[in-house]
Amino acid sequence: MLLIDCPHCGEHAQIEFVYERTLDSIVTFDMPDEVAVARLYARANPIGFDDELWRHAYGCRQWIVLRRNRRSHAIASVVAYDPAMLA
Amino acid sequence: MSGRRIGGAAGTLRFSFDGRAMLAREGDTLAAALLANGVMLVARSFKYHRPRGIMAAGVEEPNALVTVGEGGRTEPNTRATDVYVYDGLVARSQNAWPSLAIDLGAVNGLFARFLGAGFYYKTFFGPPSRWMLYERFIRRAAGLGKAPTLPDPDRYEHRSAFCDVLVVGGGAAGVAAARAALAAGERVVLVEQERAPHLCSREGGDSELHGHHSLPRTSALAEARADDLRVLTRTTASGLWDHGFATLAERLVEPGQPPAPGQPVQRLWHVRARRIVLATGAIERPLTFAGNDLSGVMLSQAVRTYVERFDVLPGQRVVIATNNDDAYQTADVIRAAGGEVVAILDSRADGSANGDASTSTDAHVVAAHGGAPGLTGVTARVGGETRRFAADLLAMSGGFTPVVHLHSQAGGALEWREDIQAFVPGVSQQAVTSVGAAAGEVPPIASTTVDLPDPKHSFVDFQNDVTAADVDLAWTEGYRSVEHLKRYTTLGMATDQGKTSNMAALVRLAQTGGVPIPQAGLTTYRPPYTPLTLGALAGADGGGHAAPARRLALWGCHDRLVPIWQPLGLWHRPRAYPLAGETLHAAAMREARAVRTTAGIVDVSTLAKFAVKGPDAAALLELVCATGIAKLAVGRGRYTFMLREDGMVLDDGTVWRLGEADYLLTSSTGGAERMEAHLSYVHRVLAPHLRVSVVMQQEHFAGIALAGPQAARLLGQVAGIAPPAHMGLARGVIAGVAVLVLAASYSGERAFEVYAAAHDAGPVWDALEAAVREVGGCPYGLEALEFLRIEKGHIVVGAEADGRTTPGDLGLGRMLRKAGGFVGAQGLTRPALQAEDRLQLVGLVSDSPIPEGAILVAGDGGAALGHVTSAGPRVLESGAVAIALLAGGGTRLGETLVATSPTRGLRAKVTVTAPMFHDPDGARYRD
Repeated sequence: MLLIDCPHCGEHAQIEFVYERTLDSIVTFDMPDEVAVARLYARANPIGFDDELWRHAYGCRQWIVLRRNRRSHAIASVVAYDPAMLA
Repeated sequence: MSGRRIGGAAGTLRFSFDGRAMLAREGDTLAAALLANGVMLVARSFKYHRPRGIMAAGVEEPNALVTVGEGGRTEPNTRATDVYVYDGLVARSQNAWPSLAIDLGAVNGLFARFLGAGFYYKTFFGPPSRWMLYERFIRRAAGLGKAPTLPDPDRYEHRSAFCDVLVVGGGAAGVAAARAALAAGERVVLVEQERAPHLCSREGGDSELHGHHSLPRTSALAEARADDLRVLTRTTASGLWDHGFATLAERLVEPGQPPAPGQPVQRLWHVRARRIVLATGAIERPLTFAGNDLSGVMLSQAVRTYVERFDVLPGQRVVIATNNDDAYQTADVIRAAGGEVVAILDSRADGSANGDASTSTDAHVVAAHGGAPGLTGVTARVGGETRRFAADLLAMSGGFTPVVHLHSQAGGALEWREDIQAFVPGVSQQAVTSVGAAAGEVPPIASTTVDLPDPKHSFVDFQNDVTAADVDLAWTEGYRSVEHLKRYTTLGMATDQGKTSNMAALVRLAQTGGVPIPQAGLTTYRPPYTPLTLGALAGADGGGHAAPARRLALWGCHDRLVPIWQPLGLWHRPRAYPLAGETLHAAAMREARAVRTTAGIVDVSTLAKFAVKGPDAAALLELVCATGIAKLAVGRGRYTFMLREDGMVLDDGTVWRLGEADYLLTSSTGGAERMEAHLSYVHRVLAPHLRVSVVMQQEHFAGIALAGPQAARLLGQVAGIAPPAHMGLARGVIAGVAVLVLAASYSGERAFEVYAAAHDAGPVWDALEAAVREVGGCPYGLEALEFLRIEKGHIVVGAEADGRTTPGDLGLGRMLRKAGGFVGAQGLTRPALQAEDRLQLVGLVSDSPIPEGAILVAGDGGAALGHVTSAGPRVLESGAVAIALLAGGGTRLGETLVATSPTRGLRAKVTVTAPMFHDPDGARYRD
C-alpha cells in the first residue's frame, strides 16, 4: 500500500486516496473531438514516471497530482492540482 | 531404531497424535515431541501417498503436515515444526486411509506414470470423458487436510503500527540490528516467528544463546523503553509491500488452542516502517537422490536443532551427506549426544579440513532405503565404488538458500553467488536491507553435477511430489522457462511455496538445459511467506460485519411492518411487506396493484441528492448533464442523464430548480459516491472557474414517494396544499414537519416525492401511511417498484444503462443537447457508436414469465441477438413484460423471438415491442 504525502494533510495510506487518471488523459470541453478521443484511447503509458491525478477522497477531498514511477511505485512528488497543469 | 529424548524427563504436557497419547516438554514443537516419542512416520504425501516423516525444524518443513485441533478450531495443513505443544493438543495425520501405516492410497505410487508432470494439462486437452473418469479418483486420492466444517468460535483482529525500523528475524543478526537501531534512538518493531528472539540462530557461539531450554536473555533489548521497542514473537512477516508497508501474522495461541477469555487467537499487523532490516536467515537445501523423501532423511541443521534445542536425537546410526563444512558440526553434536556417526559422505573431492576417520570424499548418496517404518540404509558412490551403509538417520546438507522472499516481494533485485550456489539480495527498490545469512553469509558449497540413476524416485518438490524425472519430462516436452516448468509440474506451488525445492529444481533445469543457473531464471516471490488462515485475513470483518449496514432514517417505520429486507449496496431496503402467509411475489403484486388502483408509499430516501448552488450552478449542471438545463424555470424539474467521457450513460435522475441559483440534482442510489466524485472532478478539475458549490445530501433528507390515482387527493388532504403539476414542486407541512414535494413519477401513476429532514421524517411516513391505508392502499417495497417501472419502461442504471449503452441505444437520443458542451459529447462522435446493429432498448411481451438475464435468439440454437435486462409480470393484466437490449432493436418491432436461459432451463416465446407497456402517453400522471 502506497504512502502518499498529501500536500494538505501529510502522509496518509493509499486506502484514503482514489486514483483518477494520468494528466495526459484529461479531456477538456474545448478539445476537438478527435483530440478528446485520442486522449481517452491512445495514451502514452510510459514505463517509469508519469503524472497522475488522484483525489484524497477519504481525507481532505482535494485533487492532487502524483509523479509516480509505475514500475517501482516510487513517488517523486505530490502537489495540489492546478488547472495550469493542463496547458 | 528411531528418535528418542536424551536425558531428562519426558515432560508433562499431554498430547495425542492419531489417537495415541504422548507426553511433551514445555517448549517442544510438535515435531520435536513426535521424534522424542519415536514417531517417525507422520504423513502421507500429496499425490503418491509416500510415507513421510519430519525433514526440517522450521517453517520450511515440506512433509510433516498435520491437522491440529478439534471442531471449529480445527486447523489443517499445519507444519508439525511450526506448532508448539500445549496440554491437550490433538493432532491427526492427513491424506491416509485407513491409517498412516497401512495406507491404501499408496497404490497411487503405482500410477506415477499417469500422474507425472503435465497430467492435468494433458487431461484437459484430451476428450472431456477422460477428466470425468480421473476426477473422482484424483479428488479422493490426492490432497491435503480437510477444511473444518464447523464455525470458527474464535476472534481474530487487525492492528496497525508505525516504526522507524522493522527488523524481521530474531536471530543474532536481527537482534544486533535491533540493538543498533535502538542505540541510534529509532523506534523498532522486532518480529520473530518462534516463541522468543534468538532461538533460531545458527550462530552457536553467542553467549546470549546458551541455556537453550530457558528463554534466552535478550538483555540489550530488555533495557529498551516500551515505547521504542515492540517485540512480536510467534509472528511471521508474511508480506512486504510498497513504501515500507508490511503485514505480520501473530499467533497469540497455537493452532487449535483455546484462547484466554476475551482474547483473539491471531492478529494481523499492518506496519509502516521508515526502513526494514531483513534478518530472515537461510534455509538448508536437501540433496537429490532416490528415496530422499523417506522418513529418517533430514536436513543436517534440523538434526542439530532437535538435539541442541529439544534434547531429542532423531536417530541412532547416522549417515551425514554434505557438500559443505557446516554439516561437520552436526557430526560433533550427534556424537556428543550419544549417537553414532556411521559415515560422513562429502561430495567434494578434497573434503573438509574438519574431516575425520569417518569422512569419505568424492562421496555421493545414490539412494536411501527403507519404507513406512523409516530409513534402514544408504547406498553411496564413494570414488569409483558403490558402498552401502546401515543407518536410521540421514542428515543431508545441500547448501543454504538465503531467505530473500521479502526482499524480492519489495521489488529488490537478486544476484547469483557462485560460491554458495544461491541467489542473494541485490539492489533494493525500497529502504530494505538484508543482513546475516539472508544476505548470503552462509557456508560455501561445492557445485557438483550428479548423475541420478533413479530420477523417478528422486524428489525435488517433496510437498507436491515433483521428481527430477518430472523436471526432465517438462524439458523434453519443450518447457524451457522456469515459469512454465512451475505451472506444468506444479513445482513450488504447494503450501510451502517451494522453500526447500526451488533451488534443486533450478539446478536440475540448468543441468538439463546446459545453461548457467542464473540463466534458468527464478519464479516470482509472492506473499504470504507462510500460509495465513482466512480468519486472520478477515479479522473482525466476518459474519454480519463483512460490510457496514446502512440503515434508512425510516428504518423503525418499516421494521414494525416486518418487511423482507433487501441489501442494495450497503443499504438495506424493504423488498416487500408480506401479510401473514403471503409469499414475496404475492405481496409485491398486491402492493403494485394498490399503486395502480388506489395509492401506495415507498421509501426513496437512498436516492443520491446534491444541492448545487451559486451563480454558475446551471453552468456546472450543463457540463455534467447531457440534457437541457438552462431553460428550466424556477419551481420546475426535469428528467436528466449524465454520460461518461466515452459517451456511455453514467447515471440518470432528475434536476430541480428550487430557486434562481439553487438546484437539486438527484441520481441513482448505487451511483451516489461515483456521482459525488464525478461532480467534483468536473467542477474542480475541468471547470474550476465556475462559482458554484456542490453538497451531497443523500442522507440529509428522507424521501417518501406517494403514488397512485388517489395520490394527489391524499397529498392535499395530508399536507393541506394544492398538489403541484407533474414535474412541478411545492413546499408544505405534514404532521408538523416541513416538507419539499417534487411531483415526479417513477411508477407511471400520478406521484409525489415528499422530502423531510431525515431525523424528522417518521411522523411524515406515519401520516402518509395512515392516509393510503384509509383508501385501501399500502406501503410498497422494491419488488413492486420494479414491476411498476418495468411496465412503464424506465431504465435502471446497472441493468439497462450497463456501461455499454449510449443515449441512442436507450432511446434517449432526442433529449441530448445538440450544441454539445457536456461530458461525453466528444466521445459520442465515435463512428462505432452510430452503427445500426448496436444493442438497442426494446420491450418484450409474452404469455408466460420471461426469464431475466435470458439470451434472445430467433429460434433454439440460433445466434444471440441480445438479452433480457429486466422482466416482470403485468400488474393488472395477465402475461409478462420485459425490457431488453436487442441488436438493431428499433427495426425488429413485431418480431417473435425466444428468450432462453439454458443454464436455468427457462425459456419463453416473446414478441418485440416498444419499451413501454403502461400509459404510453403519460395521461395518468397529468392532471
